Amino acid sequence: MADTTTETTVPAKVTLYCGICTLPPEYCEFTSTARKCREWLEKEHPDLVATIYNSEAVEAAMSKLSVNAQEKAAKAEAQASKRAEKEEQKAEREAAKKASSRVTLKRVERAKRKHVIVVTGLEAFGLDLKKVAKDFGKKFACGSSVTKSAAGQDEIVVQGDLSDDILEYLEQQYPQVPFDNIDQIEEKKKKKAEGGAA
Amino acid sequence: MFKKPITTPQKSKLKSSVQRSLRQKLLDQFPLLAPHIDEILPKKSQLDLIKLPDKISLYALDSNVLFWQHFDDALIPHLRLVHAYPHAFPRIQVDRGAIRFVMAGAQLMCPGLTSPGAQLPDAAEELKPGQVVAVGAEGKENACMVGVLKMGTEEIKKVNKGVAVETGHYLGDGLWKFEEV
Repeated sequence: MADTTTETTVPAKVTLYCGICTLPPEYCEFTSTARKCREWLEKEHPDLVATIYNSEAVEAAMSKLSVNAQEKAAKAEAQASKRAEKEEQKAEREAAKKASSRVTLKRVERAKRKHVIVVTGLEAFGLDLKKVAKDFGKKFACGSSVTKSAAGQDEIVVQGDLSDDILEYLEQQYPQVPFDNIDQIEEKKKKKAEGGAA
Repeated sequence: MFKKPITTPQKSKLKSSVQRSLRQKLLDQFPLLAPHIDEILPKKSQLDLIKLPDKISLYALDSNVLFWQHFDDALIPHLRLVHAYPHAFPRIQVDRGAIRFVMAGAQLMCPGLTSPGAQLPDAAEELKPGQVVAVGAEGKENACMVGVLKMGTEEIKKVNKGVAVETGHYLGDGLWKFEEV
């Protein structure tokens, strides 16, 4: 440390960031996850809760304002808490949707004894389909691309009969996709023949 | 500026000559940062340049964004840097009522800077328009926004109307949430 320009060196301040919303905890109250943030702080840094969630200081600051401004502030506060609640519900809904959305590995016959695997539903887990497709191609040394299905949805087509391998790879490489949410299905091309047999 | 999350960035390495001039520019802009510059930007480091749409460039060191700038304008520090070296940046303060709007990405208006809970530097230490400032908040320790002054601080006190600080980067915006892959 060659510090000659200032008489006292102030080291870099380490700021604590909330584990939920990543902001400094004093700003948690302004985010949509305020309640969860508070729970996190109570668990991780119980000593800080009192200083950060100090309602007296807030009230003292409020009392300094004029009556009119106080009313305004109270209104804004109420509105914001309502909005936060809504956003919280929205986040919960999204999480539920994520938990219930499924990934399918469909085995489709291309030529006799040649198959491709069509992977759908990965985008629901926040994965970039293009990147995943590239990974598949690299891992299995085969053609792998993102195509639009007839329904207009993006899907990954992996050339080769690799359904089980992909399942295994997904389980290892992408922990955000719950294993139980992956389905393996087979597309039967000759439905007539099947119907006749049954 | 960073209301939307940042997507698909292109990263490239910065020439060392460019990095040197950048370092100089940084010191010119924030002379108080001088004792810490070696800590923030070691001499032998390799900065990355991340180009975003609308001529915004981010400068990152080891996948931590340190500064950003629009076109060739002033360099604006990332908030984490402001939190680490709070005394190195000129600071103004807004009142409590304004925090909510700042965190939603609004531009800072004058009245929020002149009310009882807010703070502006004295006339002797007037800040000129175009100066990059860290914006703190009433009752809070850390800054919640960095931006560029649109008016001088004395002018803000006098006029008390309109936009005072143009929003650059605030807590919880796309840049804050941006993490390199």
